[in-house]
Amino acid sequence: MNALWFDIAHLLAAGVLVLSLMLLYQDRITAVINVFALQAVVLSLSVGWQSVVQGAPHLLATAFIALVAKGIVIPTALHRIVRKLDVHREVERVVSGGPTMLAGLGLIALSILLVQPVVETADPVAREDFAFALAVVLLGLLLMITRRNAVTQVVGFMSLENGLVLAATGAKGMPLVVEVSVAFSVLIAFIVFGVFVFRIRERFDTVDVNVLDRFRGERREHL
Amino acid sequence: MTDLVAALPLSPVALVLLVPTLAIPVLAVISDYRLSAGLNMLVSGLTFAAGLLLLAAPHERGDFLIIDDFNIFLIVLTTFVGFTTSVYSASYIGHELETGKLTPAFLRFYHAMYQAMMGAMNLALVSNNIGLMWVGLEVATLATVMMVGIYRTPEAIEAAWKYFILGSVGIGLAFFGTILIYMVSSTVIGAGVPAMAWDEIVRNAAALDPKLLSLAFVFLLVGYGTKVGLAPFHAWLPDAHAEGPTPISAVLSGLLLNVALYALLRFKMVLAGNPLAIDVGAILMTLGLVSLLFAAFMLYRRRDIKRLFAYSSIEHMGIATFAFGIGGPLANFAGLLHMTMHSLVKSAIFFAVGHVAQAKGTQRLADISGLSSTHPVLAVGFALGVIAIVGLPPFGVFMSEFLLVSTAFGRQPLLTVVLVAGLILALGALLMRMQQVVFGEPRGKSDPVKASYVPLFVHLLLALVAGLWLPEALVRWFRGVAALLG
Amino acid sequence: MALTVDTALAVGLALQLLQITLVVAIAPLIMGLTRKVRARLLRRRGPPLLQPYLDLWKLFHKEAVVADNASWVYRRAPYVIFAATWVAAGLVPTYATGLLFSWSADLIAVVALLGTARFALALAGMDVGTAFGGLGSSREMMIASLAEPAMLLIAFAVALIAGTTQLSAIAALFATGDVGVRVSLGLALLALIIVGIAENARIPVDNPATHLELTMVHEAMILEYSGRHLAMIEAAAQVKLVLYFSLVACLFAPFGMAAGDKSWAALALGLATWLAKLLVFAVLLPIAETTVAKMRVFRYPAFLGSAFAAAALAVFLRFVSRGF
Repeated sequence: MNALWFDIAHLLAAGVLVLSLMLLYQDRITAVINVFALQAVVLSLSVGWQSVVQGAPHLLATAFIALVAKGIVIPTALHRIVRKLDVHREVERVVSGGPTMLAGLGLIALSILLVQPVVETADPVAREDFAFALAVVLLGLLLMITRRNAVTQVVGFMSLENGLVLAATGAKGMPLVVEVSVAFSVLIAFIVFGVFVFRIRERFDTVDVNVLDRFRGERREHL
Repeated sequence: MTDLVAALPLSPVALVLLVPTLAIPVLAVISDYRLSAGLNMLVSGLTFAAGLLLLAAPHERGDFLIIDDFNIFLIVLTTFVGFTTSVYSASYIGHELETGKLTPAFLRFYHAMYQAMMGAMNLALVSNNIGLMWVGLEVATLATVMMVGIYRTPEAIEAAWKYFILGSVGIGLAFFGTILIYMVSSTVIGAGVPAMAWDEIVRNAAALDPKLLSLAFVFLLVGYGTKVGLAPFHAWLPDAHAEGPTPISAVLSGLLLNVALYALLRFKMVLAGNPLAIDVGAILMTLGLVSLLFAAFMLYRRRDIKRLFAYSSIEHMGIATFAFGIGGPLANFAGLLHMTMHSLVKSAIFFAVGHVAQAKGTQRLADISGLSSTHPVLAVGFALGVIAIVGLPPFGVFMSEFLLVSTAFGRQPLLTVVLVAGLILALGALLMRMQQVVFGEPRGKSDPVKASYVPLFVHLLLALVAGLWLPEALVRWFRGVAALLG
Repeated sequence: MALTVDTALAVGLALQLLQITLVVAIAPLIMGLTRKVRARLLRRRGPPLLQPYLDLWKLFHKEAVVADNASWVYRRAPYVIFAATWVAAGLVPTYATGLLFSWSADLIAVVALLGTARFALALAGMDVGTAFGGLGSSREMMIASLAEPAMLLIAFAVALIAGTTQLSAIAALFATGDVGVRVSLGLALLALIIVGIAENARIPVDNPATHLELTMVHEAMILEYSGRHLAMIEAAAQVKLVLYFSLVACLFAPFGMAAGDKSWAALALGLATWLAKLLVFAVLLPIAETTVAKMRVFRYPAFLGSAFAAAALAVFLRFVSRGF
């Protein structure tokens, strides 16, 4: 394969990963949503590039779905939610920024160490895409764990899904079935999340998931 | 019956999938709850009938769907429990409507989601394509999430939120594992749809890269293991069971956990075909025992009756997982039997618990007592259910646990001691609670139960029959699948 | 050009000396340019371009007032600071690779020299015992403790790609274009820019134009200095800016540098491109500075931490890139 083609694939996939790390770094909700949108755009570029490299035109559909759904529609809707609900504009963290970033770096190192020796047989593009994808998935998890706000958790979940798309497109010739299903599931996920965010707002006047802990059926009864 | 199958315009597999799917939009628009509950029952019954037809239909495989020994009885079991639960639910929701916990608009949604969940579970069961299986499980999860949150109380929303977050993370990791499997299989089978077909993958298992397979299994284990409710990925399970409508608790425990375990076992079979891959058995044994012990201890601290039995589900999934971890014909046989019996008995218990909670107006264990004097029939049903679930003879759970313990003693004597200790602990906790609920001093309000006892006793009767005598066909099937599982 | 060994040595020495002289000679001009651009962006006329030269001239002719309780550290520190910075700047390849002293132009050596200068500055800041000096020193050390690991990781990332830490060799390799598009390098560049901003006391970490006690870092340490001492420190700061510009240029934009043959044309081209790069950076820096606000002190760790993260990521990504 042409070295430059490879380099561009590398660049785009790594761009998705770097944006994942930036998601962890942000401390304004609007910034989080914007970075997420940017990640979706870079992801769709990466997927589009993969479709060129692999000669698989159906991947363009995936790229398009990623661009429209996650790059435009969902961020717009999230911005609306934030405005409408008058959510706290600062991200509420469970763990402070520094340790989170260190943990994120640790997770990236872990995923590279994990995938690197294992995927010797696969071609280099698939291999590195895979390491990146795993790192994006793990960083998405970290984002969900270390944030209290429901909106930020939504973003964490969807950035996790971005990692899945990256992995799915990196695997050569993966049938379209899966990509459509991923897009589909993201859509459902978003609807569900939207419903929840509104319901939670209705009940607690805040989107801070931590408030929910007060209502744990059991803890209250132990007291 | 074979003639009947041949005469059908559609194959039974298609029916099992299409009937619930077509019912979703219909149920979503019917506003009369009596009609929609009846229709829900009818649709579930039809699905069950289609499932029964599958028994007569020949085994077949395509790149997307497959019918083999392993899934055929699970489909029958799933559609059967789905049917009985729909009967139970029809009488249950009437009461919820009266007390104002649910509104008719929510019931439309509830019935549509019920069929979505049933269809998705059937899809997960019949799919040969590992991606399609994943889609089935994901849709089933989302449908149950919606239903867990349906009461919209703070507790219900917290439970649904937690379930959703943990479930999605699990499903995300499972998808990652699925992609990994595809990556490794496509190098041998070639890129394209066949590389995602489970039976093709199993056939070529020995040629696949063992390291990559092992890595994939770790992801699948954490992903689907979350769905199975194995400790330490179980956090969503008690909340989801306690806060949703009781029919949903019944299908969650009785069916969804089974389907997730089924998915895990499919992948175990892939790894079993590759001698160089990691030892899946040891991992499953460990997770199973940890879940069993953890749940057994947690049973003593429960204050909520539905949570109590949710932890009992974790315990039983642990037992089944342990059985499959040990492996070999006998242990696998025990595991399959245990899955089946647990489905029947646990859903029966949730039926009883639903009645109890409606009669007493609370789920707090401390407020529920003296059932034998206020509701004698319900007390008998509840007591029989608990006796069955703790593994006392003559019920089917006793059979499976006895089989498991006796075969495990020969293979893993030390672990079996732990297993038996866990079983006894759980038995103690549940009997203690049962004693108080059934025989204590009656307290609090007690409304008469208007709902139907039929599903409850049908399930218990089946579990009883299975404990006394297993039909020859069933034994043959269990043996065949146990051999397949390796 | 048939040269004897001696003339080759003499030419080499001359070229090296030219670089060493140039970095000092041009430094005030570059500083003046950044100030001018910044002033223009703020719609002020700003000081003349050559003002820094005049300032230095003025300071050298003024009496150096030294506090009564100042020790020898206070008096020697400016010379140590200037010397260390100058040597470091003289080593970083500017207009040509493979100069006479290039063997010693090691990235780690440059970091160490700058560390020495910083150490001397921090000691001097604390020496007199005023409140501001100590405050500045402690802040400076906090920044350093965050910036230096990042800097070393940058060196590590670059060295992993080039296979050496020798700046001249790295620049020569990168100039060939064989390296291709590397994410690692992009991240290293990002990290280097952040570290450079912190090291040079620029906005958003420090404001070189302020004497507000809450915000100043660099200025707080040198508050007590005057006369020739102050001139040395000011000159060192200017040289350091040129050093970082040159470092960025030679690592990430090494085009135009005179490589193997040292013909006059190649040298002239190298010199011209180097000056052009300095000018571009000197314009870009104030533009960037005017678009951001000064950070609160307790935000530094996050800002510099991102440099560390980027550099660490650059190292990690190195392991998944082409051909190992």
